[in-house]
Amino acid sequence: MTAVRLSGVDMVFNPGTGQEVKALAGIDLAVGQGEFVSLIGPSGCGKSTMLRLIGDLISPTVGAVAVNGKTPSAARIDRDYGMVFQSATLLEWRKIRANVELPLEIMETDKGERRERAEAMLELVGLADFADHYPWQLSGGMQQRVSIARALAFEPSILLMDEPFGALDEMTRERMQAELLRIWSETRTTVVFVTHSIPEAVFLSNRVVIMSPRPGRITRAVDIDLPQPRNRETREDQRFFELLTSVRDGLRAVEDM
Amino acid sequence: MRRWGPAAVLFAGGLAVWEAAVRIFNIKGFILPAPTAIAAAFEAEASDLFEAGWSTFTTALAGLAAGSAAAVLVSLAAARWRFIRDGAVPFAVAANSTPIIVLAPIANSWFGILSPAGSIFVVAVLVFFPVMINMVRGLLSADASQMELLDSYAARRGTVLRKLQLPTSGPYLFSAMKVAAALSLIGAIVKEFFGGPQARLGQYITTKAGLLQFEEAWAAIALASAFGMALYLLVVWIERRAIPWHISVRRA
Repeated sequence: MTAVRLSGVDMVFNPGTGQEVKALAGIDLAVGQGEFVSLIGPSGCGKSTMLRLIGDLISPTVGAVAVNGKTPSAARIDRDYGMVFQSATLLEWRKIRANVELPLEIMETDKGERRERAEAMLELVGLADFADHYPWQLSGGMQQRVSIARALAFEPSILLMDEPFGALDEMTRERMQAELLRIWSETRTTVVFVTHSIPEAVFLSNRVVIMSPRPGRITRAVDIDLPQPRNRETREDQRFFELLTSVRDGLRAVEDM
Repeated sequence: MRRWGPAAVLFAGGLAVWEAAVRIFNIKGFILPAPTAIAAAFEAEASDLFEAGWSTFTTALAGLAAGSAAAVLVSLAAARWRFIRDGAVPFAVAANSTPIIVLAPIANSWFGILSPAGSIFVVAVLVFFPVMINMVRGLLSADASQMELLDSYAARRGTVLRKLQLPTSGPYLFSAMKVAAALSLIGAIVKEFFGGPQARLGQYITTKAGLLQFEEAWAAIALASAFGMALYLLVVWIERRAIPWHISVRRA
């Protein structure tokens, strides 16, 4: 079954004004249930816009978006989305546990179950010992793990991640990628992941979608046939390098356009 | 102890210099009484002073509480409904830049010169506008991505207000309350300058100054500052408990 489908989507901001920006043009994309798809491209290619369209934070100017066979707004009301942003966006007045419980609280899950889920999620991201800390007492990488735990807490069917590791240093980033893959393999959530890092896209995804800017278009998709589970050795695999090259070539072709 | 040490030394030093200056230059009591003279007056007048001070202080506190509570309620409505915001905020900004204390003599004719309601009213109006303006600003300053996060959970408007906007406004509210605390005592005392019962700090000060008993007037001024500080510390104490997470409060 298809988890996300965009058909003939155009996105124009401020239409009919002097500041009209055509952000996306003619986007067709289907993401299968349980698939991990990365969107990659230079800044301004509309990859975040695409994520926000899927997540019903904005609506397309032309074309249709379907999520689990519903409109994005129905999917949002059904709580199908877990969002992870570039910054952890934790609520600084809540302790870590309460931050992870936030979506469950809003969805009126009962207290005992809330607590249990939060414990389990913090366990999953390796932060069980920090449940009673405030966000500012944690490093950037740990905060981002909390935001992933929060996104997973209510078992959304689709995880939308907008450069979640963009602000982290290289080593933390690689550790977080491995962690995310482990979580993904345990939860089998569909993931749409925006990044501008080629190795990150290749290491994580089943498929890397390459985009070009002004207006944002999909120029190519590269299937990533690296075996699961992926680990440190994957990064040294000959095939990993071949795929890096083919994604890089795809992005170069975009630049030369 | 180490933290308070320098301030205590400076305070004591300041008093000593004051005392010495009055003695050495033989400054007249009606210009500036010596600290020891003020202390003596304070001791002699202690029970009258405390009675007056306590009445003024509780009036200020009541006005502060009433004005702030009203400001918070109006702010919540303004944050929730755009037409209230667009209607009320410009008016509040305008009102905040007028000297509201001029209402004092008017309040006497509205509430009767002896009624504490007049003073509470003046103080409440005085603190209302700065608290409201800051509170509205705080409620509207929630981070855009935090807003989107709650949107992605399909959170209701009231839930967003309660779980995101209200906590965000906490630090704004408390900075406003610290200003309002000082304002409330000023308002209460100035209001009393325009008449009212004798056992009030404002009346006490004008009366004693009129009788050229400046030591007593200064003793009342000292008590007024002590109550002002007490009010400020009360706000800080509540702040520590209400928003322990905020950068201005937390300790690593």
